[in-house]
Amino acid sequence: MEDPKPGRPCRSPGISAYCDGKENTPMKLVYLDNAATTPCCPQALAAVNKALDGPCGNPSSHYSVGYEAKQLVDTGRAQVAKALNADPGEIFFTGCGSEADNWAVKGTAFKLAAQGKKHLITSAFEHHAILHSMAMLERIGFEVSYIKPDSEGYIHPEDVEAAIRPDTALISIMMANNEIGTIQPIKELAAVAHAHKIWFHTDAVQAVGAIPVDVKELGVDMLSLSGHKFNAPKGIGALYIRKGISPWNFLDGGGQESRRRAGTENVAGIAAIGAALEAATQDLPARMEHEQKLRDYVIDRVLKNIPQARLNGGRDKRLPGNANISFPGLEGETILLDLDMHGICASTGSACNSDSLDPSHVLLSIGLPEEIGHGSMRFTFGPQNTMQEAEYLCDTLEEIIPRRRAMSCMWLQSEGKARVFSLKGEKQ
Amino acid sequence: MAGMYSEKVMEHFAHPHNVGEMPDANAVGEVGNPKCGDIMRMYLKIENNVVVDAKFMTFGCGAAIATSSMATDLIKGKSIEECLKLTNKAVVEALDGLPPIKVHCSVLAEEAVKAALADYYRRQGIDPEPFVGKIETSCESCSAH
Repeated sequence: MEDPKPGRPCRSPGISAYCDGKENTPMKLVYLDNAATTPCCPQALAAVNKALDGPCGNPSSHYSVGYEAKQLVDTGRAQVAKALNADPGEIFFTGCGSEADNWAVKGTAFKLAAQGKKHLITSAFEHHAILHSMAMLERIGFEVSYIKPDSEGYIHPEDVEAAIRPDTALISIMMANNEIGTIQPIKELAAVAHAHKIWFHTDAVQAVGAIPVDVKELGVDMLSLSGHKFNAPKGIGALYIRKGISPWNFLDGGGQESRRRAGTENVAGIAAIGAALEAATQDLPARMEHEQKLRDYVIDRVLKNIPQARLNGGRDKRLPGNANISFPGLEGETILLDLDMHGICASTGSACNSDSLDPSHVLLSIGLPEEIGHGSMRFTFGPQNTMQEAEYLCDTLEEIIPRRRAMSCMWLQSEGKARVFSLKGEKQ
Repeated sequence: MAGMYSEKVMEHFAHPHNVGEMPDANAVGEVGNPKCGDIMRMYLKIENNVVVDAKFMTFGCGAAIATSSMATDLIKGKSIEECLKLTNKAVVEALDGLPPIKVHCSVLAEEAVKAALADYYRRQGIDPEPFVGKIETSCESCSAH
């Protein structure tokens, strides 16, 4: 059977005329949302199968199948540790990246509060796992400084240093931003923290598996990661905690994970995260080059062919697979739906499809006006994506953006540019 | 994504009716704001008390485009008095429902029609408020979420 071309055609009869291709032809999905989650790689799938099909024991049990399960956990831990240049004893598995973030932030705050340290520093454009953990701490009396990124999406170490107080317990700055993909100067930021004897944590959920991450080279005290961002299944994450550091436990109970994180181990998830990270790390240079080629093709072609399109976030220190582009004059969900009808999965910079109507806090933090923030799209590439798919995305955008702008009252039709608003109203 | 919307909403989103500018409109209303990410502009041509043509230009999500399209369908050929009775509920029903988070788009469509009618009254030198009531051009409905 002929391999279906990407993106053909629509399943909904009412919109079939709008899409190319015929009805009832199998549609090949073009998945360009790899920052949201990734498909499982063969190595991870094999590890899951082996774990679920094989030793059924509890890793804490002292008989053969228990030992076999423990072996899988140990192997997974060793693989993750090796990929990060950490000791296996410094890797603690969690249920997700969010749990690792919650643990690092709250566990540190609770531990150091006893020493009178009640202040934390983070950035204004962290993932909500960090921001909402910080907000929870504020509600019970901690104080938090939120450092703003510059207009290119970078945090400056001197801004962080200026926020340090005698009672600062923790500095937590993400390694790579989840929306605009900008990579922060973690080594310099950790050095600033350590010069003031402050613990440093980084949320590296978007970075691990995408770019080289070496905890010793970076000098971080804690680092969060999540398996499903690098082709392991959902439901498994980890927190690296440097030897000599001990935030309070986040999950109390049994003695798993060296008594630091209770709960029977997710054996299959741990086996898979180890296998997936080993595979990603072995392939990393080729993988980065491939993703960057697709990303650069899309950025260059879109900025050239679509008037007023704007790349959000600096281009140089940026995740190889991330393109975040604003299309002034349009609201992101419109583009998302049109792309979906063409079989393309992407994500908006706006939270319009969730329970909030506000534009993305990340885009606002780099100074984008709200209406431009609403019209922003994130395309994130993975190793499985092809140049044919990148071309198909550009073809589709070049078709749908002008068509939708012709319907928008935010697009000045005769002038070919977007209306500009400020907080006080429309600028003429 | 499309799964959150009814087939009818997706039809009106994919192929909106009555879209475009209307240079000879004698009533124009614009509601919404860029913060919420929804702005609707409604153009009407009114002759002998009847809306003989209606068009819209909308910046907004899929629901904003679909409700604009449906609202213009519902008022075309109707008298001003009938148009004033258009409710957001009628727009939602005609679209076979909207997700709760998107109901404000139907409110915006109702307000866009009323804003255009208010403009028509003003152009005749008549104070629109007794007929149209107060219009929330700032998209009050957004703050409900």
